[in-house]
Amino acid sequence: MAMTDNQQTFAHDDDNVVVVIGSGAGGGTLANELAQQGIDVVVLEAGALHTTADFLADEWASFAQLAWLDTRTTSGSFRLARDFPNLPAWIVKSVGGTTVHWAGASLRFQPHEFAALTNYGEVEGANLLDWPLGYDDLAPYYARAEQRMGVTRTNGNKGLPGNNNFKVMHAGAQKMGYSCDTGHMAINSEPRDGRAACQQRGFCFQGCKMGAKWSTLYTELPEGIATGHLELRPESHVARIEHDDSGRVTAVVYYDVDGNEQRQRARLVAVAGNSIETPRLLLNSASSRFPAGLANGSGQVGRNYMRHMTGSVYATFDEPVHMYKGTTMAGIIADEARHDPSRGFVGGYEMETLALGLPFMAAFLDPGAWGSRFTGALDQYDHMAGMWLVGEDLPQEGNRITLNPEVTDRYGLPVANVHYDDHPNDVAMREHGYRQGAELYRSVGAKDIYEVPPYPSTHNLGTCRMSERPEDGVCNAYGRAHEIPNLFISDGSQFTTSAAENPTLTIVSLAIRQAEHIGQLMLRGEV
Amino acid sequence: MHSPNLSRRVFLKASGGVLAGTLAFASGPIALLAPSRSWALSLESLSSRQGEILLAITRQIFPHPDLEDAVYAMVVKSLDRKAADASLHALLKEGVGALDASAGGDWLALDDAARLEHLAPMAGGAFFETVRGDAVVSLYDNPLAYVHFGYGGAEGDGGYLSKGFNDLTWLPEPPKPQGGYLPYESAG
Repeated sequence: MAMTDNQQTFAHDDDNVVVVIGSGAGGGTLANELAQQGIDVVVLEAGALHTTADFLADEWASFAQLAWLDTRTTSGSFRLARDFPNLPAWIVKSVGGTTVHWAGASLRFQPHEFAALTNYGEVEGANLLDWPLGYDDLAPYYARAEQRMGVTRTNGNKGLPGNNNFKVMHAGAQKMGYSCDTGHMAINSEPRDGRAACQQRGFCFQGCKMGAKWSTLYTELPEGIATGHLELRPESHVARIEHDDSGRVTAVVYYDVDGNEQRQRARLVAVAGNSIETPRLLLNSASSRFPAGLANGSGQVGRNYMRHMTGSVYATFDEPVHMYKGTTMAGIIADEARHDPSRGFVGGYEMETLALGLPFMAAFLDPGAWGSRFTGALDQYDHMAGMWLVGEDLPQEGNRITLNPEVTDRYGLPVANVHYDDHPNDVAMREHGYRQGAELYRSVGAKDIYEVPPYPSTHNLGTCRMSERPEDGVCNAYGRAHEIPNLFISDGSQFTTSAAENPTLTIVSLAIRQAEHIGQLMLRGEV
Repeated sequence: MHSPNLSRRVFLKASGGVLAGTLAFASGPIALLAPSRSWALSLESLSSRQGEILLAITRQIFPHPDLEDAVYAMVVKSLDRKAADASLHALLKEGVGALDASAGGDWLALDDAARLEHLAPMAGGAFFETVRGDAVVSLYDNPLAYVHFGYGGAEGDGGYLSKGFNDLTWLPEPPKPQGGYLPYESAG
């Protein structure tokens, strides 16, 4: 029985409901938090409802099942625009959104990262800004998110056991003087919360069949539905948000599973479609009153698109590793995550083990490459260890999501164009990470080192950023649009800066905080 | 490099029943990652010789000396499926023809080094990129390749927790925190 079978339903003309667009880390969490307060919520999710039993232990087949494959276009100097011009991001179109696909790393931002402009100073070409909230504002919500998600090494949850890829990273970390452990992961190390413990399948990116990894698919969404205050509508692709003469949003227009246009009236709308679709929706909702798109008086909607500084280092050894066995992100080194400009860049980065199966290793090792260096790497696939570098990239006004008037989707709506140029700071940080990663692996006997370019983005951030002043961003410290009092941004689009850490824990924490705030506004009759 | 296993019959059989899948493929993930192609109606599929040459080309592009031709044949099978598209079929036919012409009539008659000499200048062109873009997926996304390269594939579906996820012994064992690492390891 699907979780939606006996759910409470709401009428399309019920203007008392909150409409949440997207069911991932931000939308799924927000919807449940609101439902728990007794607030009626309709969740519109573009993707289909899959269960854990549907998940596939097959990289390409799973990609076809879960990935957001609607057309997008790219521009800019980043390498993805050449290698994967129609796949700038590797995110999910399915109930649960990208929490189905994520690796589970749940790291708090560091306090200084909330005030990047203050701590890093002006950086040429960057559009740095301090967040309108600080670490201490978010700390209680981080604690609640960790509790809810069952993050390891918090709340008495044991760490996960380390796999072979972890053992290589750990041994190298010892030589480098780094600290390394199996991290803070939202993956059950023991049965917890009605969900199983991790069985070390190694298919974290393909959906966790055991349900050991936190995903809104089998936590927040069914919990919210159980309250009788949440209706989930899968395969509902939102086209635009409508507003009244006073400038308040009133309804969401979407295409249902049969492709029919529907209009759900709303008391309040929260957008959580990930940082490409969220600004696309606001831009596609332009009206005579808001000709540049909703909430875009500042012109910042779609701008400051961040995707994290990323890159990977793979190394081969005389002895076998079999890195694909076990959790994908099995070990974390945070020593380089500090802000230390003496390294030649501001901000920092994490080093996290990452393993790809053979099919994806071939696709992503060096896109476009051929010949014996490429095949020599794959010949050593089972003797290979690998890590992902993930660090702070700087917001730039020109890195942005725009509507591409030349290309439309199946509903005739302009698709998103993703423009990204690496900032020199990103390049310097990536080079540093490649060097440190290579040195780490060489210290334990690596033969060949492969510096792997960024994958299609899994961390998409910052396109509707929070700001103290309306002219600097799109929403306030609670994600409330500066221009529209009953419109909220509820995903990573809110991020003022990217910080070094994987974003999901922060997205969930912000959603919990936002839900509390919305509840208070409603009690006071302000929305 | 010429493979006696890949008879004309094998290719005819492989190209027979799979032509209908092409359009579904166009909206799939592989089409997103492969070089651009158009999707006109199919008219014909590859000849045996074209298949043999494409196999040998793939061996040059992704040289794995120990890898069976049977795995490289996965690429030919995939290209044959796509060759239901007329312009792609024409592209392949033209590319194979150009290679033969460049070699004075029979590229397959050349030795390994000479084959590469004639193929390498085509890198970056549409023909070469079509073969490479297909092969980088089809060559490595099959159970035979998994076995060859040492990838567990769907074997991991049940989990490696008790099947060697941490069986590496050639490096020092990381310390275990008090309370143990593994779910079945008790404190102390």
